[in-house]
Amino acid sequence: MPELEAVIGLEIHVQLATRTKMFCGCELSFGDEPNVHTCPVCLAHPGVLPVPNEEAIRCALKIAAALECDVAPRSIFHRKNYFYPDNPKAYQISQYDIPLASGGRLGEVRIHRAHLEEDAAKMIHLGESGRIHGSGASLVDFNRGGTPLVEIVTEPDLRSAADAATWARLLRTTVRQLDVSDVNMEEGSLRVDANVSVRPAGSEELGTKTELKNMNSFRFLERGIEAELQRQRELIEAGGKVAQETLHFHPEDGTLTPLRSKEEAHDYRYFPEPDLVPLAPTETMLRESRESLPELPEARMRRYEEELKLSAENAAQLAADPDDAAYFEAVSGSAGGVEPQVTANWVTGELAAALRQAGGGRPGDSRVEPEALASLVAMVQEKKISHGSGKQVLATLVAEGGDPAAIVEREGLAQISDSGELEAIVTAAVEANSEAVEQVRSGNEKAIGAIVGAVMRATKGRADGGEVNRLIREKLSE
Amino acid sequence: MAELRELSVAAAAAGIANGDISRAEYFEAWREAAAGDELGAYLWRSDAAPAGLPIAVKDIFCTKGVPTTAGSRILEGYLPPYTATAVRHLGEAGFQVLGKTNMDEFAMGSSNENSAFGPVRNPWDRERVPGGSSGGSAAAVGGGLAPCAIGTDTGGSIRQPAALCGIVGLKPTYGAVSRYGMIAFASSLDQCGPLTRDVTDAALLLDALQGRDPCDSTSVGIEGGVGLPSREGLEGLRFAVPAELAHDAIEPGVRAVFESTLKKIEGLGGEIAEVSLPHAEHGISAYYVIAPAEASSNLARYDGVRYGMRAEELGDLISMYETTRAEGFGDEVKRRIMLGTYALSSGYYEAYYGRAQKVRTKIAGDYATAFSSFDFVVTPTSPSVAFGLGEKVDDPLSMYMNDFFTVPMSLAGIPAISIPAGLAEPEGGGAQLPVGFQIAGPAFAEQPLLEAAYALEQEIGFDARPGGASGA
Repeated sequence: MPELEAVIGLEIHVQLATRTKMFCGCELSFGDEPNVHTCPVCLAHPGVLPVPNEEAIRCALKIAAALECDVAPRSIFHRKNYFYPDNPKAYQISQYDIPLASGGRLGEVRIHRAHLEEDAAKMIHLGESGRIHGSGASLVDFNRGGTPLVEIVTEPDLRSAADAATWARLLRTTVRQLDVSDVNMEEGSLRVDANVSVRPAGSEELGTKTELKNMNSFRFLERGIEAELQRQRELIEAGGKVAQETLHFHPEDGTLTPLRSKEEAHDYRYFPEPDLVPLAPTETMLRESRESLPELPEARMRRYEEELKLSAENAAQLAADPDDAAYFEAVSGSAGGVEPQVTANWVTGELAAALRQAGGGRPGDSRVEPEALASLVAMVQEKKISHGSGKQVLATLVAEGGDPAAIVEREGLAQISDSGELEAIVTAAVEANSEAVEQVRSGNEKAIGAIVGAVMRATKGRADGGEVNRLIREKLSE
Repeated sequence: MAELRELSVAAAAAGIANGDISRAEYFEAWREAAAGDELGAYLWRSDAAPAGLPIAVKDIFCTKGVPTTAGSRILEGYLPPYTATAVRHLGEAGFQVLGKTNMDEFAMGSSNENSAFGPVRNPWDRERVPGGSSGGSAAAVGGGLAPCAIGTDTGGSIRQPAALCGIVGLKPTYGAVSRYGMIAFASSLDQCGPLTRDVTDAALLLDALQGRDPCDSTSVGIEGGVGLPSREGLEGLRFAVPAELAHDAIEPGVRAVFESTLKKIEGLGGEIAEVSLPHAEHGISAYYVIAPAEASSNLARYDGVRYGMRAEELGDLISMYETTRAEGFGDEVKRRIMLGTYALSSGYYEAYYGRAQKVRTKIAGDYATAFSSFDFVVTPTSPSVAFGLGEKVDDPLSMYMNDFFTVPMSLAGIPAISIPAGLAEPEGGGAQLPVGFQIAGPAFAEQPLLEAAYALEQEIGFDARPGGASGA
């Protein structure tokens, strides 16, 4: 049997961080008392009508622009009808056959569509299962009901669980930079569902897909998809067939169980929402959405690679997060003639390690001012201090901040620039390590390390490694 | 007191404005009349201190803190936390709610027999229906229980009861009056309008009601508002009689009044010609797909969870929904919910809803074509005069045919007015009953429509009052 290739598409819900709800004037909230942000409209009283939130439309247009989508000149709101207590109108206002945006791209993944809709209220089921079945009673909190959502649907362009998680992270950092959402998976402002299928490698046809829900972290997203791919592969290899169904991910043990058919067997009876007119963004709105775009991670990554000549790995690492990128650029900008790649090494390497050692934290939030790191890197590059001393200074900077030059002065870390002084130390080290000297002379190059180590100990790391090496060789060839 | 009630609303408003009439006395005169309601027209009557011009409001409009049922058991006891924009606009124009009027449940019906709170009787003959669904409003005005009223029209629910009760009823252009706070039946068709004793009062009310409302995205208002009509004669105006409508099953008495009215139009200098509206005859079919489809969605919110009635016997969630809705809704509402649910079902959508929308577009096109060479299209408002209580309840199809002349304008979204044009004997004999004459105009042409209706109203001089053989 040929190898079974994974085919994965994602459906992402982004909760917009507008001031008010999608179709009424209630304020958005997180963690407030239940049912305090409600009104006749979002409680679906008789006679109420929805009024679209202009700010939400602007946010959606920004997302559409960032995903390089085409915006429909007139998109249509539809009613998606279903009975459930979290859905007080018994229909969700969403978009159906003419979405706000379609045909975009982010990274290597094509965007099928992006549309505006409203979130459901939050239900709390009392009882052991935490689900409505078997619960003694259910409570509804309408604070969340009507929160604006943008739903983004990708084409099935992803080929592994890891790629899916990586791409979802890129989407998150991209959307986060637009300042339209908190995009927090744990809090539910970013929700990623996956459509997963497998097919013989090389085939163009799509296999039967399953829909995976409730993976509320990137780690769970990857684990859920991985588990489902394995299940589908085993099933097919055993001669079975994948059934189209919706699967619920359980974070406790990483398993997937089908949602009961009663919960999913819906005929949504979509029809155009007669209470709303078509959504027709003006030219000005479209222009503003494009012009407001900041530099996005993907473009930044390209710039880091092409203009700053960073390694692909460092470029990806630094470009992904706007805060990290800003920090890196601030360091790089103050570091004079230092090559960006060297600065990048310090930010992603030494600084990251020092922060980890000190208990974590982000560069931008640390005590290490970008200017301080820049001058530290410059000192190392100019051989005013050794690389080892540089790391030592960095540890001090992480702990207490301050000016690296002052720390170098205070701790006496300035590189030994007097070649006479260094020569004397080297001479002493060569004499004290006659065994190593013999080994080097008989061809064991590695043995030089013992002599270098002795010099470094004697200088407390204040000597330049290259210079030390040169002097030792000079001595040995005498 | 009785003389005060003889005044038109416009005359009373003028009298109050110049101090000839006491606002409180005028209100109390009508409160006294409303208290004598023997027609079942009112569901609730105000006991508030008089502060404005009295008006009866169909119980489909939400009124803050005042019971609002839409004629349904499922909303029994519901007190809205807000007031409909149309009612608020009336308040700003100096009106005060006199009472809330009976109606067919959720505005579904043409006889007012579908109210959960009992039928309304026609003031001209209490054994006959007042029409529907704004039957309470029409009977209140026609029966002298209110000086004026508002109702809603989805496929004829203002015009048909106005015709059957011998008063004026106007359905404005879709979007002229805000729908916010008006309990939805079929959102793309519902429109609020006045029911009055004469055309001038209809204009007065429409001016108060209309306007763009930020709470209703589909509202636009009428540019420049509406002035009181004053036109004399109909010279230079072209009236079209649809060939396809005029030959349908119309009662002979109704046809006679219609034809004599056409002569009056000619007498006033208006021109009459036949026009072809080839798709209008499919109006009823399209309407009875679109309206139930929207209703099935609009009425899904009545589930017993947040307000209104909740069934006593509670099992799980689904049985709470089912029992509440089974007990709360009447038969006609259930019938339309089922029709509409079916029409929107996956696999049937294109054949029913999709197709009905295409017919709707064609009908609107027919009218647009007609208005390129005519000012107005005229028809009888209803194929018959008021029919007997219980006569059509078991025959929904024949009941639906009542809307034959009124539905096309609703589908086209254009304004239409029904004015009393005379009396006719019902088929099978009996006392003479009012006949309505319908005039439809292009979208937002309310002012010219009211002007023409006013000129014709003067010529017709309809001054009959209920109180004949089997009347009050």
